[in-house]
Amino acid sequence: MDLTGDIFAFVYLIATVLFILGLKGLSSPSTALNGNRFAMTGMAIAVIAALSDPSLLQFQWIFAALVIGGVIGVIVAIRIEMTDMPQLVAILHSFVGLSAVLVAIGTYLNSMNSESLSSVTLIELSVGSLIGAITFTGSLVAFAKLQGLAGSNPFVFKGQHFVNLILGITMFGLIGYFVITADPNILLILTGIALVLGVLLIIPIGGADMPVVVSMLNSYSGWAAAATGFTLENNLLVTTGALVGSSGAILSYIMCRAMNRSFISVILGGFGGDDAGAGHSDGVERSVRSAAPEDLAYMLGNSAKVIVVPGYGMAVAQAQHSIKELFEILTAKGVEVKFAIHPVAGRMPGHMNVLLAEADIPYDAVFEMDEVNSDFNGADIALVIGANDVVNPDAKTDKTSPLYGMPILDAYRAQQVYVVKRSLKSGYAGVDNSLFYLPNCSLVFGDAKAVSEKLVQAIREL
Amino acid sequence: MSSSMVSFYIFVLSCFIGYYVIWGVTPALHTPLMAVTNAISAIVVVGAIIVAGSADGAIVQVIGFFAVLLASINIFGGFVVTNRMLSMFKKKDKR
Repeated sequence: MDLTGDIFAFVYLIATVLFILGLKGLSSPSTALNGNRFAMTGMAIAVIAALSDPSLLQFQWIFAALVIGGVIGVIVAIRIEMTDMPQLVAILHSFVGLSAVLVAIGTYLNSMNSESLSSVTLIELSVGSLIGAITFTGSLVAFAKLQGLAGSNPFVFKGQHFVNLILGITMFGLIGYFVITADPNILLILTGIALVLGVLLIIPIGGADMPVVVSMLNSYSGWAAAATGFTLENNLLVTTGALVGSSGAILSYIMCRAMNRSFISVILGGFGGDDAGAGHSDGVERSVRSAAPEDLAYMLGNSAKVIVVPGYGMAVAQAQHSIKELFEILTAKGVEVKFAIHPVAGRMPGHMNVLLAEADIPYDAVFEMDEVNSDFNGADIALVIGANDVVNPDAKTDKTSPLYGMPILDAYRAQQVYVVKRSLKSGYAGVDNSLFYLPNCSLVFGDAKAVSEKLVQAIREL
Repeated sequence: MSSSMVSFYIFVLSCFIGYYVIWGVTPALHTPLMAVTNAISAIVVVGAIIVAGSADGAIVQVIGFFAVLLASINIFGGFVVTNRMLSMFKKKDKR
């Protein structure tokens, strides 16, 4: 490698190190902002280095694209509601995917006339294009589901897995054929099949599994970048792609573990949706106790230790700000208030934490499942707001429950459990929740936001 | 060792670095983690810039333009939204 090449490689190495430091910063909220700055610097260095590449002949289109993209990106990032983060992340994944496809095809077309590509490069190119294509359409489907443009129910048809298998095998065949013939049309057909496969892989996956899907596509976008790096012989892309790829893979694993579902069964899909069966009703009409917000307010005002369990229902109702008021008024009264977050609460990993942070709830009042579970025993009140499956004790006791084996928040161990719910409808898994029928549990019916506003009001008047 | 093999070495070792670094990320920051990995996966912009800048022919020019555009949306969108989220995380005693 010539000297210029070495200089570029060194600069790219600096960018790599900055990316790693950036991710490392996320180990604590206090270092995270600095971490993000490291990553931004890394990206800036990488872009400047790419712009100084001696093979570049024209710049006007690059700058136009960078500026237009930058403006769009910044506007979207500033305007997006925190509740809509999963959608934003999904659509951004699709952009990385499509960009990787375009880079693969563009690289091929550029070099087609001038030099003959080695078979290794052809394989790398086609793999880059197909992972990118799957990421692209897969993320679009995930986006449509999260945004409510497509039903969140799993879409399954007969022979689905067989079709996917055939498509997969066809793709491998085509890669081989492409390496032999180097025919650009084959690359396009291959990419086309991957686009279809991306759709087919995600449509059978239901709403409950969305945190896994989003993490998985995060991982794919990384692998797409790594594959592009192989094609371009650029180790910065290889490293960064590997970091992102393993990040997404670990998040998918954490999400699967938190739902006690195997990765394979999530991929195969068909789980979770609005009409996934009414759950197990043993024919016995069980009764629930209901409580008025005023009763709950009285109880809260007179308790010493409260643990709040927020779920996606809180996000849907945009209740986080009124919950923050509740938090403040209770804290002011000397009540110890903690928040307990289940790993799969919300639509993506860590979603609840961001919503609570947005509402200005300090992060040292917010606890992960493992940290807080032992505290429920000593808590006067567990207040469940918009969560359901993650506090279902059946997951521990009922071997016939679809949730069996899933780690849960032990809300039922608290002296009193209050569940704020709109109706007795079951959670995403479509399973009845035996928590509601326990003697120490009362339901407060109503919208999460309306109820928490009433609570704040009533506690003030105590 | 061919350069593809060198890249493969780097790839595998990077996966290990990723593994250890990502397990160190606190679960509370998993959403920002996704947003920032999203932004840095837009590193494909390096490839996109080279395609766009060395394009021979109008088709590749258009392909390169859109590749850079999409990656750029990701970079700016991803980093800005991560920054926005992270600045929301505050400690109790600071307030």
